[in-house]
Amino acid sequence: MSAKILEKEQLSENVFKLVLDAPKIAKKRKAGQFVVLRIHEEGERIPLTIADANAEKGTLTIIFQTVGKSTNHLSELNVGDELLDLVGPLGKPTHVEKIGTVACIGGGVGVAPVYPITEAMKNAGNHIISIIGARDKSLIIMEDEMKAVSDELVVTTDDGSYGFHGFVSQALEEKYLLQGKKIDLVVAIGPVPMMRAVCDTTKKYNVPTVVSLNSIMVDATGMCGACRVSVGGKTRFVCVDGPEFDGHQVDFRELIDRQRIYLKEEKECMDHYCTCKQQGKGGL
Amino acid sequence: MDMKERLKIPRQPMPEQEPKVRARNFDEVPLGYTPETAKLEALRCIQCKKPACVDGCPVEVDIPGFIALVAEGDFIGAAKKIKSTNALPAVCGRVCPQEVQCEIQCVRGKKGEPVAIGRLERFVADFERAAGEVSIPKMPASTGKRIAVVGSGPSGLTVAGDLIQLGHEVTIFEALHKAGGVLVYGIPEFRLPKAIVASEVDYLSKMGVKVETSNVIGKVATVDELFEEGYDAVFLGTGAGLPTFMNIPGENLNGVYSANEYLTRSNLMKAYLFPEYDTPIVRGKNVAVVGGGNVAMDAARTAMRLGADNVYLVYRRSRKEMPARIEEIHHAEEEGIQLNLLTTPIKYIGDDKGWVKSMECLRMELGEPDESGRRRPVPIKGSEFIWDVDTVVVAIGAGSNPLVQSTTPGLDTNKWNYIIADEETGQTSREGVFAGGDIVTGAATVILAMGAGRKAARAIHKYVMSK
Ligand SMILES: Cc1cc2nc3c(=O)[nH]c(=O)nc-3n(C[C@H](O)[C@H](O)[C@H](O)COP(=O)(O)OP(=O)(O)OC[C@H]3O[C@@H](n4cnc5c(N)ncnc54)[C@H](O)[C@@H]3O)c2cc1C
Ligand code: SF4
Ligand code: FES
Repeated sequence: MSAKILEKEQLSENVFKLVLDAPKIAKKRKAGQFVVLRIHEEGERIPLTIADANAEKGTLTIIFQTVGKSTNHLSELNVGDELLDLVGPLGKPTHVEKIGTVACIGGGVGVAPVYPITEAMKNAGNHIISIIGARDKSLIIMEDEMKAVSDELVVTTDDGSYGFHGFVSQALEEKYLLQGKKIDLVVAIGPVPMMRAVCDTTKKYNVPTVVSLNSIMVDATGMCGACRVSVGGKTRFVCVDGPEFDGHQVDFRELIDRQRIYLKEEKECMDHYCTCKQQGKGGL
Repeated sequence: MDMKERLKIPRQPMPEQEPKVRARNFDEVPLGYTPETAKLEALRCIQCKKPACVDGCPVEVDIPGFIALVAEGDFIGAAKKIKSTNALPAVCGRVCPQEVQCEIQCVRGKKGEPVAIGRLERFVADFERAAGEVSIPKMPASTGKRIAVVGSGPSGLTVAGDLIQLGHEVTIFEALHKAGGVLVYGIPEFRLPKAIVASEVDYLSKMGVKVETSNVIGKVATVDELFEEGYDAVFLGTGAGLPTFMNIPGENLNGVYSANEYLTRSNLMKAYLFPEYDTPIVRGKNVAVVGGGNVAMDAARTAMRLGADNVYLVYRRSRKEMPARIEEIHHAEEEGIQLNLLTTPIKYIGDDKGWVKSMECLRMELGEPDESGRRRPVPIKGSEFIWDVDTVVVAIGAGSNPLVQSTTPGLDTNKWNYIIADEETGQTSREGVFAGGDIVTGAATVILAMGAGRKAARAIHKYVMSK
């Protein structure tokens, strides 16, 4: 099915938010799920986590960072434009229950997928500690939204330009775990090195930790295995068995390697895109 | 021409692209008969009173009937005749294993060579399409019954085509962004041009079938929700699309693909046209394809076309046991694919960046026959050897995707999680839910999936009309 862009907003230098008209998906989606979209006939299938949805209005929010050709192209679309295909909701929803204190951690654009989980955990009656971080102040997104669904909110920046000076994993350890504060579950989403750092920290304190993985995907229905990761020594498909897994079991090293398979091609594709744009070729 | 002369006509060869040339392009390999060769070939059919060929056809196409029309030069009439029992002749003429179905039964094959039924089928379907004479049949009055078809592979397309012509309202729900199932994501362009599949789907749309792509049933709506939305019956034709791996060390290294991923990137996403198309694929120089079936052949021939220097097919039994069509093995070898038989990988070895650089294999010998009747491969002790490869495609079979089964309570499945359905009707353990094709039988063939679709369509018609 195709989907119209209803709203567009730039959240930081490289991060954009789109609100899409997608009533069927908006009605069904649950926290933790994602969609796959295709911009145009020659386009690739792009998986993006659902950042928010409004079942009554039939809208779906996606938030993404421009990294390669496809996300750059997506960021250039405007209100009123149509995405060629939108499919979802995909993946397993987050397991939400009342367990006590939950720390919801988002790094960079990872705050976007953490938000619906935080909201769901809050609604389930948990005490929410949110820790969101980025390289510097300008890259912090969704601070107000996160504040609204958290009991405590810590903002971190790598360069100290805002809030806690350091990584989200350090804030978690120094402000909470080291102080002996009881946390029953950690949910961490962001760049793989960040998720790995959080998991290394929580392992020391034996705090169960869920991560949401963003591996390379093609069909996202369990048909191809492009998205496979090793979890506890077993091969799992992120698109159907995940995207959330026990962070202490994930082979992050393999995930990082697998995310780099097409680095060369991604650059080539981006260059091709820029050249075509300069030459004013349509149809991109 | 009298019978004696007709018996003397040799089987007309299929013109093909030169192996060296075609091994580097994605254009179709066989070029097709001309009207003249088609007529000559048709004259070879002796119009048996009790045609054995028809017994060999899973959907009982009136083979002598259509061939007689070809001999007369009425190609459009011939196409119509086939289409009364087989909705997808352009597809079947290309991908059906005629050598084990109709042609193996043909009496002309007893002494000499069988009539080239598949090539004739392909010819008339192509002729009709090229002539623009594909006409939409007159549609019956609406019955007001609504049927949901899940999956747009050959089984789903057949069900939809049959039921729309009986006056029902039909909607196909397809998970991917294009309709056609394996015909679009699996079978490569050089064996089945995607324009053909598109025109078949287009034909169904013109007859009034709604095709809802990018809809994963089990996710956006469950089977029960389809009934709540007002559908009177549901057909499940979701195929056998779960990739199988061998679970040996190194299988998750970069450069190791499942055949499904490799072929989906190349076919559905058109990675062979990268960077015009955005989806990339690793263009390996030394590619190993593991497996011995048609899927392995398709992957190996794709690797060659993507520019490999060496493509090795690694199969654990001998040539005789290879499940691939002989014609495909022949095509592959002509194109330079190297067969490494009685060999099995036991481990993939990676470099420091996580890319596969070599594979460790074992030599095998054939032992006692197993349950399938084929001789079981047994490893030869101490025969380990290492061999350099930069890309591996694992093509050792497929399983059932559990998305629908796991979200449909009361739907019975067997121990491999295939849906249990009545062979004659496609009826499952759930009222109003029918199934057919690979999701019932396990990975099989296009024509068997179509045959199952046809039977299910009949049963669905009966079911909704009696409700
Ligand atoms: C590479 C390859 C080559 C082959 N070559 C040949 C050949 O030469 N000759 C031959 O006869 N056979 C061949 N086969 C086998 C043949 O293609 C299959 O037997 C046939 O396509 C099965 O048809 P089907 O309708 O059961 O399912 P499929 O063709 O598998 O189609 C199933 C469709 O259902 C969709 N689907 C799955 N789950 C859902 C869901 N939950 N919601 C919505 N949609 C869903 C899938 O996306 C897919 O499009 C080949 C198979 C492969 C993989
Ligand atoms: S068996 Fe052969 S010769 Fe006889 S009708 Fe069929 S195709 Fe013709
Ligand atoms: S993306 Fe294909 S199986 Fe997950």
